[in-house]
Amino acid sequence: MTDIIIHCSVALLMPPLLLGVINKTKAAFAGRVGAPYFQPYYDLFKLFRKGTVFSETTTWVFRAGPVITLAATLIAALLVPLGRHAAPLSFSGDMILFAYLFGLSRFFTTIAALDTGSSFEGMGAAREVTFSCLAEPTLFITLITLARMSKSLSLSTILTYPTPANWLAAGASMLLLVGALFITLLAENSRIPFDDPNTHLELTMIHEVMVLDHSGPAFGIILYGAALKLFVLGAVFVNVALPLTTGNPLADWGIFIAAMLGLAVTIGVVESVMARLRMVRIPQLLVGATILSAFAMLLVLR
Amino acid sequence: MSAFADQLLVLVMLINLVMLGSSRLIFSIRAVAAQGVILGILPGLIHPFSGHLAAITAGIILAKGILIPYLISDAVRKAQIRREFEPFLGYVPTLLLGAVFTALSFAFAEKLPLAPEHKDLLFVPAAIATLLTGFLLLTTRRKAISQVIGYLVMENGIFIFGMLLTEAMPVMVEAGALLDLLVGIFVMGIVINHISREFSSLDTSRLRTLKEE
Repeated sequence: MTDIIIHCSVALLMPPLLLGVINKTKAAFAGRVGAPYFQPYYDLFKLFRKGTVFSETTTWVFRAGPVITLAATLIAALLVPLGRHAAPLSFSGDMILFAYLFGLSRFFTTIAALDTGSSFEGMGAAREVTFSCLAEPTLFITLITLARMSKSLSLSTILTYPTPANWLAAGASMLLLVGALFITLLAENSRIPFDDPNTHLELTMIHEVMVLDHSGPAFGIILYGAALKLFVLGAVFVNVALPLTTGNPLADWGIFIAAMLGLAVTIGVVESVMARLRMVRIPQLLVGATILSAFAMLLVLR
Repeated sequence: MSAFADQLLVLVMLINLVMLGSSRLIFSIRAVAAQGVILGILPGLIHPFSGHLAAITAGIILAKGILIPYLISDAVRKAQIRREFEPFLGYVPTLLLGAVFTALSFAFAEKLPLAPEHKDLLFVPAAIATLLTGFLLLTTRRKAISQVIGYLVMENGIFIFGMLLTEAMPVMVEAGALLDLLVGIFVMGIVINHISREFSSLDTSRLRTLKEE
């Protein structure tokens, strides 16, 4: 029971902090002081207090988009085990629901973008679906590989399976999976080598362009949903990459939160030292990630 | 020790894929050099130490890791080319083909009647995968230097296969193979310089214009 309460509160409260840590890391690299760690929370409160403007050409789809996106991501957050504790919701085969909840949220983000009738947002939507259909196989193959290793179809078992002993037994394929998952994490959350979350009104951006017409609380929901998605996929990554477990539940939660903050710092470092890739290079990297995970699967199946 | 050798072989196969996906020649040359160094370390992991083994390790690292990459990068610098433009087949298709070939080589290695002590090791699939990667590089790339790199990768594949037999491999044969490779690289270097002087580019598909009508 305590674990479920901690799970829900961490999943609900922590995501914007990750964005704050990423931005602080980037500021430190650039030699700036940077916005406070809790700036994303202030931004969200500001947006939730504002009024909304809906374009007259839009329909209910546009209004439903952010809500369904956030709802799907919230359910996904309930399916992922955090800090080596079983997830509140778990059944055999929930890994497929998990992957398709992201598909659903992406579908509604893109269709809300298309609903505005803006050609600019249509371009972003087309890019989003193109790149995500290249990123999705990686996530799936990774989950299948882990499912095969742990001989289970439930995320709670799959993601708590990597322990130090299992890591040593299957070192190469685990390393490949970690690499593939990290690339997927960056691509799915439109972080830097794929998309620059800071750009606005540029022809190169992907995710930001789709949400240009949203304002006020709807935009706040989108920002929160994006942060939550980063948190959920980050939790998957941390579960696979950091097989530490102490046996003490509270210590495990502490390790998990520290690891998530460490992951945010890592993403900040990656964003500071890398430039955004050219548009034509993105599919290449995504296919590369798919091949990494497929290779890991090959090693496991052998 | 053979578990560690398997991890290194995974690294070798990853380097294959990196080479298929990269367009920068200097990067490919460094990758093939790294592959050569790994191949030099490998025999020491699976065979007991002997003077013969030390000689092979030193020779391989020197030739594959330092000398040959140096010669190729020298040719690249002289011919002033940086990246491979317009390969016959794009990078993503070759990368996918490389992955398919790697998977197929795993399937093929399962079918081979190998000695029982070699059955569980990654050597045979890695050797076939590297060989096929070399073929792929040789056939899909347009620049002469990329083709030299493909040739090197192919030789690396053959070397991995030979590694299972290092005990039986006389020093002279090994030295002869390395010497052949070195001479081959020299000849290719000269040819590359001539092509670049004649056509002011290294596009091998232009050699067709030399044909007599």
